[in-house]
Amino acid sequence: MIKARGLARRFASRQGVVDAVRGVDLDVAPGELVGFLGPNGAGKTTTLRMLATLLRPTEGEAVVAGHNLRTDPVGVRRRIGYVAQTGGTDAGHTVEEELVTQGRLYRMTKADCRSMAADLSARLDLDGIVGRQVHTLSGGQRRRLDIAMGLIHSPRLVFLDEPTAALDPQSRANLWEHIRCLRAEHGLTVFLTTHYLDEADALCDRVLVIDEGRIVAQGSPEELKRSVSGDTVTMTVLDRARVPEASRIAERTCGGIQLRVQDTTVVFRVGRSDAALPVLLGALHDAGVQLAAVAVQRPTLDDVFLTLTGHSLRDEEN
Amino acid sequence: MRGSLRNPVWFAIGILQPVLYLALFGPLLAPVTRSPGFPPGDGWQVLVPGLLVQLVLFSSIGVGYQLMAEYRSGVLERMRVTPTSRAALLLGRVLRDIVVLVAQAGVLIVIAIPFGLRASTSGVLLGLALLAMTSGALSAAAQAMTLLLKDENQLTAVTNTLTAPLLLLSGVLLPMSLAPGWLHALSRLNPLAHTVDAMRALFLGHFADPAVPTGVVVVVLATMLAIGWGTRTFQRLNA
Repeated sequence: MIKARGLARRFASRQGVVDAVRGVDLDVAPGELVGFLGPNGAGKTTTLRMLATLLRPTEGEAVVAGHNLRTDPVGVRRRIGYVAQTGGTDAGHTVEEELVTQGRLYRMTKADCRSMAADLSARLDLDGIVGRQVHTLSGGQRRRLDIAMGLIHSPRLVFLDEPTAALDPQSRANLWEHIRCLRAEHGLTVFLTTHYLDEADALCDRVLVIDEGRIVAQGSPEELKRSVSGDTVTMTVLDRARVPEASRIAERTCGGIQLRVQDTTVVFRVGRSDAALPVLLGALHDAGVQLAAVAVQRPTLDDVFLTLTGHSLRDEEN
Repeated sequence: MRGSLRNPVWFAIGILQPVLYLALFGPLLAPVTRSPGFPPGDGWQVLVPGLLVQLVLFSSIGVGYQLMAEYRSGVLERMRVTPTSRAALLLGRVLRDIVVLVAQAGVLIVIAIPFGLRASTSGVLLGLALLAMTSGALSAAAQAMTLLLKDENQLTAVTNTLTAPLLLLSGVLLPMSLAPGWLHALSRLNPLAHTVDAMRALFLGHFADPAVPTGVVVVVLATMLAIGWGTRTFQRLNA
């Protein structure tokens, strides 16, 4: 559905030259739900805008929905939906007017526009509010309208730029559910950007991690988490005198990656804690070392990000 | 367009200013009509075409800000991602502005009748056609300028700088035939001056007046240039 090679974009201004995107290769298969994860300023939106024909790439080639970005942008536009970060609805118009106008821009007949608008309103829980003006909608409703606008012409591929930014947790969970349904029921290919780890984790089949204009890793959320960091095991030893022995056993049975001892607590990482833990606990039991507590923490995508880039996603937010 | 219908207040406010000119400036013209160099026709026949052109100029200022708001809110981008041709994105807005302006102009002419305006009907209709084209040209130019600047403050600065000379050199309030030679010559560089002259001749029913063909040619050329410029600006927006 998307095949991009060496996509790059440079912005030149009076303040100097900024390489926002520095050679991105990506492939997205039909029906996939792919997330572009990275901090603000990583190049997510710039890449998305290039793929959606809104911004001309300085370098690189891409075929989007079967049409070449450079030679046939109109062909691309006909087949994709694009929902910008800020949306794009006119506050003074009603929900239905906006949907119908958007359909008219794709040369759909008025009747088709109205039936699609009704259909999408029902699917995205907008059916009670089609007569309301956009400025009276809540954040979640407006976001669902933005998505409905992007789907009015039944595209096979839709780009969602930060679909749940600035929504409350309930509206976010609700929107995720809608995105999953749209994909499941219509085989829609969804390409979204997010700087929320939980969003990428909860929603996406595959995550592309982007930092400073380059893709630094990709895979399913599970793969990424497994390959990079492993689980964190924290065990507290009952008898302070047995702590050195406990760490030796942890090293022997689990490899003792990033092992550190703090007071009576031993912390280390291990690739697969589900397989390693029984061995560790058996060995500790045989040696007569008693534990007060043991806890396992699954890695988060933030751990992945930190390992890959050396800085946390949250650094950007502070 | 729907927005314009929903906000009749702006429509009325747009007409209010020229009506004030009719009431408060019109009476001052009567003694001036006897001055040497004053063109044929009475004060109203000179003033009303001028006020109509002034209305076009002032309306075009609003066009820029409206487009700027659409740019900021993402409405423009949402439209740019559709296959709609870039020329259509421009012309749709141009036509909206023309429709609103012609309606305002019609109302203003009707209001001017009780003040004493007497004019040739076919002349007024032709004048309105010319005015519609002028409005289209200014709308397209305002849109092009907005998309090049992409900043409200710069837009204000450029608009203020351009409006004053365009207005002063158009002879909207006092005909340029009263001007000294150098000022009259300078006004010939202003397309709006030719529009005003042609409109005044048309209102009098002087269809053979050379000002009419000159005005038509100038307005047609200006419209073509402005629409070409506007379309190119829309096309290059993604560079």
